[in-house]
Amino acid sequence: MNNTVALELKNITKSFSGKVANDNVSMTLNEGEILAILGENGSGKTTLMNMISGIYYPDSGQIFIRGQEASITSPHDAFRYKIGMIHQHFKLVDVFSAVENIILGVKDGKKYNVKEAAKRIEKIVAQYGFDIDINKKIYDMSVSEKQTVEIIKVLYRGADILILDEPTAVLTPQEIDKLFTVLKNMRKDGKSIIIITHKLNEVMEISDRVTILRKGQYIGTVETANTSEEQLTEMMVGEKIQLNIDRPIVENKQLRLKIENLSLIHDKIKMLDEISFDVFSGEILGIAGIAGSGQKELLETIAGLNKPTTDSKIDYYAPDSDKSDSLIGKSPNEIRELGVRLSFVPEDRLGMGLVANMNIIDNMMLRSYRKGKSMFVDRKTPHDLANSIIESLKVVTPNEYTAVRKLSGGNIQKILVGREIASAPTVLMAAYPVRGLDINSSYTIYSLLNEQKQNGVAVIFVGEDLDVLLELCDRIVVVAGGKVTGVVDGRTADKRSLGALMTKTEKYQQEEIKEEKQND
Amino acid sequence: MTNSKVREPLFHITKRDNITTKKSILIRVIAVFFSLLLLCVVCAIVGGEGIDVVLGALFDGAFGSERKIWITLQDTALLLGVSLALIPAFKMKFWNLGGNGQILISCLMAVVCMKFFGGKIPDWSVWILMAVLCIAAGAVWALIPAIFKAIFNTNESLFTLMLNYVAQFLVGYFVVTWSTSGSNVLTPFDQGTLPVLGNQYLLTILVIVISTVVMTIYLGKSKQGYELSVVGESQNTAKYVGINVRKVIIRTMAISGAMCGIVGLLLAGAIEHTMSESIAKNMGFTAIMATWLGHCNPIMVILTSFLITFLNRGMVSVRMELNLTSDAIGNVCIALAYFIIIASEFFITYKVKSPIFDKIAALIPKRKKAVKEVSEQEVVNEQSTQETSAKADDLVVESATDQTNATDAQSDDKQEGGEQ
Repeated sequence: MNNTVALELKNITKSFSGKVANDNVSMTLNEGEILAILGENGSGKTTLMNMISGIYYPDSGQIFIRGQEASITSPHDAFRYKIGMIHQHFKLVDVFSAVENIILGVKDGKKYNVKEAAKRIEKIVAQYGFDIDINKKIYDMSVSEKQTVEIIKVLYRGADILILDEPTAVLTPQEIDKLFTVLKNMRKDGKSIIIITHKLNEVMEISDRVTILRKGQYIGTVETANTSEEQLTEMMVGEKIQLNIDRPIVENKQLRLKIENLSLIHDKIKMLDEISFDVFSGEILGIAGIAGSGQKELLETIAGLNKPTTDSKIDYYAPDSDKSDSLIGKSPNEIRELGVRLSFVPEDRLGMGLVANMNIIDNMMLRSYRKGKSMFVDRKTPHDLANSIIESLKVVTPNEYTAVRKLSGGNIQKILVGREIASAPTVLMAAYPVRGLDINSSYTIYSLLNEQKQNGVAVIFVGEDLDVLLELCDRIVVVAGGKVTGVVDGRTADKRSLGALMTKTEKYQQEEIKEEKQND
Repeated sequence: MTNSKVREPLFHITKRDNITTKKSILIRVIAVFFSLLLLCVVCAIVGGEGIDVVLGALFDGAFGSERKIWITLQDTALLLGVSLALIPAFKMKFWNLGGNGQILISCLMAVVCMKFFGGKIPDWSVWILMAVLCIAAGAVWALIPAIFKAIFNTNESLFTLMLNYVAQFLVGYFVVTWSTSGSNVLTPFDQGTLPVLGNQYLLTILVIVISTVVMTIYLGKSKQGYELSVVGESQNTAKYVGINVRKVIIRTMAISGAMCGIVGLLLAGAIEHTMSESIAKNMGFTAIMATWLGHCNPIMVILTSFLITFLNRGMVSVRMELNLTSDAIGNVCIALAYFIIIASEFFITYKVKSPIFDKIAALIPKRKKAVKEVSEQEVVNEQSTQETSAKADDLVVESATDQTNATDAQSDDKQEGGEQ
């Protein structure tokens, strides 16, 4: 490894409406190395990278590229300095092929020539070992393929410094392996790579050095070879943290929900395809799958928000009772009138679980405002509930009259989960409850879920981090393309086998959808 | 300290996280002041008179005599009434542009009652019948688009807008049909009209005051009011907690239409005692502005309705005073005034900083600048207690990668410090 500096940041500060996102951050990136930027959500990783790629302009501080001071005022400028960034959310034109997307917007003064461009792109693909068909349309591509197109796009424009923002968040273990192989090839070729992440095992696997940010401050840079996950966590969080998630064993499990043959058709597309599994009290049932495999639809259907096909069955068994009630075709209200205490923490917290512009008290009322015959709402009880949740879950808020949109992600989630647990549920469904939360908030949520489990609640947990799923859940249902591809024991299963199940029917499913489209 | 090679943007526009009530009121008062000033200056230039003359005429038109004060209050009440109808609909994000039509159809019902029952059955029974029919007519006129919206998801703005014309032409048709003078004007009825309380204006004002109180309580304290806010903020959340969104849309629009019905009832039954195609004086549209400027808050809408009425009535006398023959100048001036008031909302939502302002600030004697800085600092402190930071801005800019950072949020507290 050579130690020529490719990129150097000196005393970069950036603030938004008075809130400092980056405070006097200095760091360096050497040529031909992979540097991981590690930090919790909200630690300023993305903001810092956006300043390198020309999306933001720093309030103060300097950027040096290959020793020269640079002023990067636009993404276009960034490309002049051979810097390319691959964002978390892809920016591709769906109806274009990979080639068309890659050459879109390239101003090299040459005539527009798709064939010649395709040849050059093929060369890049072969050189770094990408696995992709460059003539495929974007709408036919999986998330991993789309990401590949984004990376090739940046390489095609001649970037030497690549910045990847949380590239592994949406990938399966197998796809992550492929990505890392490509990244290593690029390093061999002398490219300098910055990878933003908050997953420690990936940092240890891929990076040469790690730079840690915490709350907008630069904490330090360490050589990956000389560090450990424990040390990195401590630097990242600022305190020692027990990284293990509890998995208490609950005796006397009872069948709570029996789901059989559950299918959901939306806009002629089968979102759920004959799903069957059982949910027991006193256990956490994990649901794993690539984003968009039907997890959201599954939970919403159980909650009574979608109408499944008529031969579907969802039977609810009340505690200590052999009698079952069918939940099929019932609205959330009707389900509640049956006496089923079903709580649901949806994926879209502010758009579904809460009302962003309302204060904490009014959000508490969402579940309970109907109680009583009076035509006026009772704000006293929700007010007390709001105060008790703020206190018991340590919600950081100026007061209970603050609009929830003004709170941080972790606090928003505490409000939502707190409210859902307050109704003493018998079934608790949570979709991605720790997404975007810092480590401490995440562990608060895990222990809340465990507490519910020990109280005999049937907990359904949809997660994306396989490590967490494997540590927290008693059983894991794997879904792919709206089908259940396997139910595994959380204590014995491993990440690879889950990954394999997650992608099991993907190809088959895509072909099916394509066929359906043609039939239409 | 800062990178001198780089062009700084001329204006830094940042979204405010928080604004103190005091500051937001101050901004609005300043806006009203400037809008009046601009209006007077333009009128003074066009009319060739002094600003003081224009200003005098403006206030004279609205408050010049006891009668003028009463009319201003009555007109304010009517506009407030229509705004009260729009508030629940707008809070639900249902854009009811059909206020005019709902008023007109209600006026038609009032005239029907006066024409066919006035003098034939006891007055009190005419009043009750008129009230019921007018309110029902207004409600029905609003329910038609509401039901279509709830079931077929049709566009409510177009639908309500088009129904205005249906109501207008219906009224026009019956005016011509029932007109006895041959002039296509319906002579005011003298039987079956609503009672006079004290003076001819008081009934209208009283009814609207009661309506305001009822609507404020309905929106703020009732379960239905809470439901309609949830539906307006997020239909997904409403469905998630089991609110029947269709039912809420239909119910709320019935209330909205009924409120317009009350205005029509007062307008035809208590004030004009007749009807014409233009009886609603476009209040259905003017009220949109009153509602919007008042942030759908009944108490604030009282103020905005009053302001708009004041400007309208004042301009009438300004035109007479300056002998302006055309309506156009008056309308342009009022539009200019509105424009400034509406623009002030921008400064309430956003904070604007610019090197130019800093230079101007440097010219102002030091004491004032110090005060300004303290207040800025307060705002900053308040913001930092919130954990939200600039997440919203962040997302917007992130999603627009390929754009320049023109509206980039660069808070330059440090730079300011350096320049001193």
